[in-house]
Parts: sequence; C-alpha cells; structure tokens
Amino acid sequence: MNEPEAAAGPAWVDVRRGLYRDSITLMRISRGLAERDGVLGALTAMATDLNLELLSRLGFTAPPDVGPNDLVVAIRATDEATLGGARDVLDAMLTEAPAAYAPGAPGAPGTPGDDQVPARTIATAAARAARSSGIAGTAPTLALVSVPGRHAFVEAMDALESGLNVMIFSDNVPVAEEILLKDAAARRGLIVMGPDCGTAVVGGAGLGFANAVRPGPVGIVAASGTGSQQVMCLLDAAGVGVSHAIGVGGRDLSAEVSGRGTLQALAALSADPATELIVMVSKPPAPPVAALIREAARRLTTPVVFAVLGDGDGIGSGAGIRGPGGRHERRAGRDLTAAVEAALAVLGVPVPSWPSWPAAVPPRPRPGALRGLFAGGTLCAEALHIAAGTLGTVHSNLPGRPAGDTGHVMIDFGDDRLTQGRAHPMIDPSLRLERLAAELADPSCSVVLLDVVLGYAAEPDPAARLAPLIGQAGDTAVVVSLCGTPHDPQGRDRQAAALRDAGATVFASNAAAARYAVSLIEVSEHSVIEGHRR
Amino acid sequence: MTQSESPEPGLGGLLTKDLSVVAAGTPLLAEALAEQAVPVESVDWRPPPPGTEGALAAVMGDPRRADANATALDRMLAVHPHLVDVRPAREVLDLEPGTFLHAGPPITWERASGPMRGALIGAMLLEELAKTPEEAERTLADGRVVLDPCHHRQTVGPMAGVVSPSMWMLVVEDRGADGRTGRRAYCSLNEGLGKVLRYGAYGPEVIRRLRWMSEVLGPVLRDAVRAHGPVDLKAIMAHALQMGDELHNRNRAATTLLCRELAADIAECDAPREDIGDVLRFVGGNDHFFLNLAMAAGKASADAARSVPGSTLVVAMARNGTDFGIQVSGTGDRWFTAPAAVPDGLYLGSYGPRDANPDIGDSTITETTGVGGFAMAAAPAIVRFIGGEVPDALAATRRMYEITLGEHPAFQVPILSFRGTPVGIDVTRVVRTGILPCVNTGIAGRVAGVGQVGAGLVAPPAEVFGAALEALAELVPRP
Repeated sequence: MNEPEAAAGPAWVDVRRGLYRDSITLMRISRGLAERDGVLGALTAMATDLNLELLSRLGFTAPPDVGPNDLVVAIRATDEATLGGARDVLDAMLTEAPAAYAPGAPGAPGTPGDDQVPARTIATAAARAARSSGIAGTAPTLALVSVPGRHAFVEAMDALESGLNVMIFSDNVPVAEEILLKDAAARRGLIVMGPDCGTAVVGGAGLGFANAVRPGPVGIVAASGTGSQQVMCLLDAAGVGVSHAIGVGGRDLSAEVSGRGTLQALAALSADPATELIVMVSKPPAPPVAALIREAARRLTTPVVFAVLGDGDGIGSGAGIRGPGGRHERRAGRDLTAAVEAALAVLGVPVPSWPSWPAAVPPRPRPGALRGLFAGGTLCAEALHIAAGTLGTVHSNLPGRPAGDTGHVMIDFGDDRLTQGRAHPMIDPSLRLERLAAELADPSCSVVLLDVVLGYAAEPDPAARLAPLIGQAGDTAVVVSLCGTPHDPQGRDRQAAALRDAGATVFASNAAAARYAVSLIEVSEHSVIEGHRR
Repeated sequence: MTQSESPEPGLGGLLTKDLSVVAAGTPLLAEALAEQAVPVESVDWRPPPPGTEGALAAVMGDPRRADANATALDRMLAVHPHLVDVRPAREVLDLEPGTFLHAGPPITWERASGPMRGALIGAMLLEELAKTPEEAERTLADGRVVLDPCHHRQTVGPMAGVVSPSMWMLVVEDRGADGRTGRRAYCSLNEGLGKVLRYGAYGPEVIRRLRWMSEVLGPVLRDAVRAHGPVDLKAIMAHALQMGDELHNRNRAATTLLCRELAADIAECDAPREDIGDVLRFVGGNDHFFLNLAMAAGKASADAARSVPGSTLVVAMARNGTDFGIQVSGTGDRWFTAPAAVPDGLYLGSYGPRDANPDIGDSTITETTGVGGFAMAAAPAIVRFIGGEVPDALAATRRMYEITLGEHPAFQVPILSFRGTPVGIDVTRVVRTGILPCVNTGIAGRVAGVGQVGAGLVAPPAEVFGAALEALAELVPRP
C-alpha cells in the first residue's frame, strides 16, 4: 500500500471487536485526538465500508476481517512518545461512561434511592421517567431514536409499546419496517415521525436539527427536515411563529408508505387549538398519494398551504393553498420561499425583504461551473431545480439526476450513502470541507453554493471552519444559503457576518441564494439552448 | 387500507402536554434537548449481537407479541400456589418402577455428569432395582431404565432432581381467585445439606435418610397438611422476601414460617412422639426445606404461562449438569439448550473450581418466576456467601428489570422501596441488551457422591436465547 507523503511518523491501528459507540461520540474522540500536538492523523469509527475507505485515505492500512460492529482506532503521530500518549487518551475516552445523564436528571448517579445505571432499553427508560415524573412532572410522550438504521425498528417498536410517540432520526431503515411501525402507531393513536426525520418542533422544543423559533400559529408537516427548517426560519424572519413542526420522513408520500404519517399529522395539527394554518413541505407525492392528501386537506377545518418542490405535483403546482372545501386556491412559485410568502398572505402578514448579507466586493459573473455542496437534501433539491432551469444539466447524487463530477454539480452530503457509520454533515462537516477545498482549487469551478444550517444539534460554529477556506477562494465566488434564526445557539447574525467578512455573499432564503449563484455564471448561447432543450 | 381508519388525533398528548423525551442513540440529540430544559431520560443503547438483527426485527414486529406477553405474564402472576398434600410419586405422577425423573432438559446416561449419575445410582438402590452401585450403573448404562425430565411431568427437582416412585412429593395447587384452576405442580422433599442424593451422593446414610423420609417424614407431613388445610405459599414467600430470603439460596425465613404454620398440626399427628420430634427437628434444622416448596410454587406459576402463541416469555430455565435449557411460551415444549457453565462463587473448605460440576438443577424455576437471583436485593445476608457485596445484590436485581416484562405484585423488595421483584424473562430483551438472567445456585462436586462444594452465581449460555429467538421468528405469521 502506498503511504501518502503527509503520513510520515509512526502509525498504529487497532480493532475493538464488538465495542459500540455512536458516530457522534466517535467523531468527537477523533477530533480530540487529531487536535493534540504531534498527532498527524486519527480516526475512531465503526468499520463501515465508508469509514474503511476514509481510513485508507488518511494513509492507514485497514485491518482485515472487520465489520460494522467493530470499532477501528487509528492514530499517526510525529514520534512514538506522542503516539503512546494519544493511545492512553483514546483508551480513557473510550472507556468513559456514556454521557447518558444530564446532571440532576432523575436517576442520575448519586440520586439517593434511585437506579444507579442508565436504562438499557426504551421500555425501561420510559417506565423510569414515568415513575420519577410524579404528580407535578410530565410522563414522557415521545421517544427520540437515533441508533443505527438497522436497529431502529426494534427500538421504535419498543417505544410504541411503551405508549410513546416516536421520532426516528436514523436513516437506512427498510421501507417495510417503516410501514409496520406507522400502522402499529396508528392502532395505538400514536405517530411515528420518520425514519430519517431530522427535524421536529413540539410545543416550542426543537428535536433533532431544529431552529429556535418563536411560538405562533403555523403548524408544519414536513417530509423534509431542511425544508421544514427553511420554512420555520423564514416565518421567524417575518415575525410569525410556529406551533409545532411534525416531520414524517422523506418516504412518507411514496406509493408504498402512502402518506400514513402525513395524514395523521394533518389531523393532529388540525385538531390542535394553537394551530391556525398548516404548511405542508414535501417533494411531489406519488400521484395516488397526492389525491389522498388533497382529500384529507379538503376535509380539514384548518387551511393548508402546500410547499411542494419541483414540477407537477398532483396537488397544485408549486405552493398552493387549500382551505375548507378547497375554496380559496391560489398558485404561487415553486420554492419554499414562495410557499412561505403564500402562508404570510393567508395570515395577512406583509412579506418582508428576506435578509441578506452582501459581500463587500460583489463577485462578477464569469464563465465556468456551479458547484453546490449541501448538508440539507431539500435545500440541495430546491437549488438544483432553480439552477437547472437556467443552466441545463446539473450533475448530482440526488435521486433521478445524472451522476457525475464535471460541469455543474450539486451534492447532497446528507445522502444515506454518505452517512453510513458517520454523523450527518450538519454535525460532522469533514467530508464537505474536504470537497470544498477541492472545488476551490478546481479552475473549472467559478461559483460555489453552500448551505449552512444552524440550530440545535448542528455544529457549534460552522463559520469558524468555513471562513478560512472561503478566504482563500480567490476568483471563485462563494454564495451561502444560511438557514437559521437570531436565537439559534450559533446566532444567525454572527455566522452571517463571519461568512460575509470572509468574502461570501449570504442569503437567508435558499431560493434567493440559488438564483444569485446562477446569475454569477456567465452563460454562452450554446449552453442556454442546451438548457432549454432538456 | 389502514390509513383510511380515522386516525386518532390525540397522539397521547404529544402536542398539548409539556414535552418529556426518552432518547436512544447519539447523546448529542439528548444534550440538545437538555439545553432547552426539556426533561430527557437517556438509554444506554448498545447493538445486539451480530446476526440477530433479522430475527429480532421479525419477532418485535409480530403483531401478536405484546398481547401474548401480557396474557402469559398475567397467567403466571395470577397463580396462587398452595401446598395441599404430600404423597408418593408413584401415586401422583404415575411413575412406574424403572422410570426416573431428572432435572433439566432431556439427558442420556452417556452424557450425564457425575452428580446426575450418582443420584440415579442412589435412586436405583432406593427402589431396590439394584443391590450394589456397580449393578445400578450397569443397568443404567444398558439403557434399561427410562429417563424423563421433571419438567415434562409438572415437576421440578433441585440439583440432580432425580425422582423415583417411592419418593414423597409436595403437591402444590393453584387456588387463584379466578376459580382454582386446579393446576398442580410437584417437587420432592428436601433432604438437607451434606451427603445427599441431589448432589449425587448414594452412600448407605443417603439411602437410609431417603427411606426415613418415605416412611416417616412424608406420612407425617401429609397428615399435618391435610389437617391444616391448604398452606398459602405466596403469602409465606412474600413475607420471607421481607425477612431476608431470596428463596433460592436462602430459605431460612420461609422455612421458619412454614414450621410455625404447620407445627401444631404436626404435633397433633397420629404418630409416635419420637417421630414427631424427628420431623420437627428435620424440617426446622434444614434451612433449605422451603426451597422445594418455592420451586413447586414457581413451577405451578410458570406452567400457567405456557403455550401462548407469539409470547416471548421464558417459562422454564433448567440444567441437567451437562446442558442448560430454556423453554419459551410461544414455542411450546421445545427445549433450547447449550452447554452449562460452571458457577462462579465461593467454595467450601478446600474445594475449588476444579472440583465443581457444571450448573445443575431445576431450581432456576425460582428465577424464572421472579425470585432467587432476581430478588437478590432482598437478601443482603447471603451476598457474601455467593461472593459479592450488598451493592452487587442491589445492582443484580435492578439489572433484571431490563429483561423482564413486569414487576411482581406480591413479591416486594423493602430496600427498593417495596418495588415488586422483576418477573417474566423476555427473550427479546435478553438478546437486545445482552443481559443474561442472574441465577443464584449451589455448586455440586463433579464426582458422584461428593455433594455440595460451594455456592455462587451463574448465567445461562447466551446462545439459548438466540436459538429461542430464531424459533420465535420462524413462527411469526406471514402478513
């Protein structure tokens, strides 16, 4: 095996068979090791194919006969003493008890008379929480499942049997299991959000990737996490709050799953006294499902605004509004921003000018390729849709799009295939940062479009790692779609300022960011014609 | 289509109550909730053993399972066992000469361990089917006797668990509220400690004691129990748990309570004064006399939970000194077996692990029904005897809540604020968590006739639960 040049120094690779740690804990350990003086590279990860490939890229020799249930640890350092020190630190971090308890939580170590060790199953944890909630507290109503996808079904079923609603954050869950879970939930009067549900807001609390938005009259039903985040952030920017945002998972409106979660969520929000208007965010549903949803929405007493991305949707192109009896139906644009504007119109709230933070030196249009690097799948799809309308063929790893790395490219780094055994790019940006550096070095690339999604559970300071790269972009224009609110832990305005100061042009509206990025590509006659032909 | 049923919009109060969350998976998401002051109960989730994912998903997805388990557990807990009679095995078990019951899953003479062989030899001598141990061994080796697990005859036996026709049996009957199902279970009379048949000893003093038990102890107890009327075993067990027994390795309180209950009726039996004195001395002087009653009570309870289609509840755990076997409600009478482990514990005198036989006996019926190792927290007095400290006992009981379907309504642990003992082992939870049932046990010497060499803790082999899970998965109806 060829050892890359950077990899000079003693290396050590070890396998801990059957030792499981979640991908985020492992990412934190890897990062902690890599930041030590004298450590040239470090990886601690479950041995999925993706992670083994990454191990090779880092210049380590992957051990034989390992599988996704084995933990691989690898460190390279300048000298043996540093390596030994890093190994000791690694062992200490791996043997640390999982941070399963918030201090003072019921059952936390040291609480007299209560259980000393964390629960091992959802059923046990639910029973414990219900016992300790007493009269004043609240028994749990929701289980948040983020175990690896092939194990999520068992945990979710356990939660349903414990009387809990479930949000399945995990991806890579088979569709047959999704259907079984959603039916089991409906029989119990409960809902399963997901699988692959990244975002929800319940009674003001953000679950998964969610933004700190004000409370208000709009209920969101979303088959897309970042779509939901874009809608709630734009509403927040317009001064309108959210009652709840229920995620249903990206497959809910497929022909197989048939809107099981969406129908339940629509009914629940319609019955919710705090919700005056429902915004439904999705990709175009399968046609028979669209008919089901249309019927269900018509019967509701609460008006529904559809934010459906893409071409013909069977509900009403783009954003449309259904009220009781389907009376006031309007058509709006085909993007999330237009859908939010339609919702504001229903509420009688004026549409603000959406926030943007222009670069000090505005970039000039020039020929070349547009490269979109996204953490949010829906934001990627929306940008791609807008770009393809002008630029023609855009290569992408999104389903139904031509694959390829040349010409205009849009990559969704949250794709299932890029997250096996790894944390989501909104938590672990390393793959995207690696690609960003490569794009900025590529002379054929003239514009890079990035999303930066803020909120709970996302990276604590994404601009801190992006800004140095953006600062070296040279002639390549960098456009950022910044999805967040001023109250997010990262602070939208702080992030925007840091990105702008590095030279990027920043937009709160993803659609606006995409249009701006497209406008920076100088298009020749030939490629316009090609674009229209497709 | 399912979704055409009008969906219930309530969602268990999700949108109206204050949010409180149970989180399994990455700690980051739980931390994000804690930042927002949302109460979170975190699960220390770990992946199940590789290769079990498919069977786990199939069984967890079995629509019958939740109700089946509720039914099976209800049946187990509804049993109200009473001691109603004491009678010879030949009468109550239809046991013919030349047939011997034994502990654990089925076994042949060839595969039988030292203590099992010794006990069978002793039973041959007791039944006068052989004049010498050598002759007994030859007959047994020739396969001229029938060996059958106790469990196949509503019976349980401690250690080797050998039952022969002339032994007297405790007759335990369910007299539960919903109409005295009449379900019965049986166990032999406890011989005491030292050189005893159940540990494989078959010397003259062992046979002499067994004869006395058949001729004097059995008839006196029969008369006393009949005069007294049914003895409520659940009540004695519940009291004993609050007096420091866990009802497997410690039965001192329960035995004392039983003596108190029966003493007057024993005294009034129509038997010679010295026999009555001998019986009271024998029962009162044997701290383990009640074990066999706890076992029969457990058997009556566990049998009530058998054969509920779809149920993943364990209804028997038993060892024959060679194999550890379990039976599960949803898989009928099928045994899932694997080699039994040697218990880990403390040894008597100069004995050590090399003298120990692999795990043996049906007494794991106590753990199967929520006492024994599952009630360790109730018995701090014996934790050192089995090689632990008090916090270990508390931790053991607490750990068992992870793999059980319920908490016992009658059996409570004072130090856990009178929480019910963990009861009803669920195969899926054992596989999911990798937590194995905690069993308290005596340790038999590996050589026939040596007797008890120690006591300690033992866990069943994990593969029996994996095998049971596979079998349950095969029985899941196809949609």
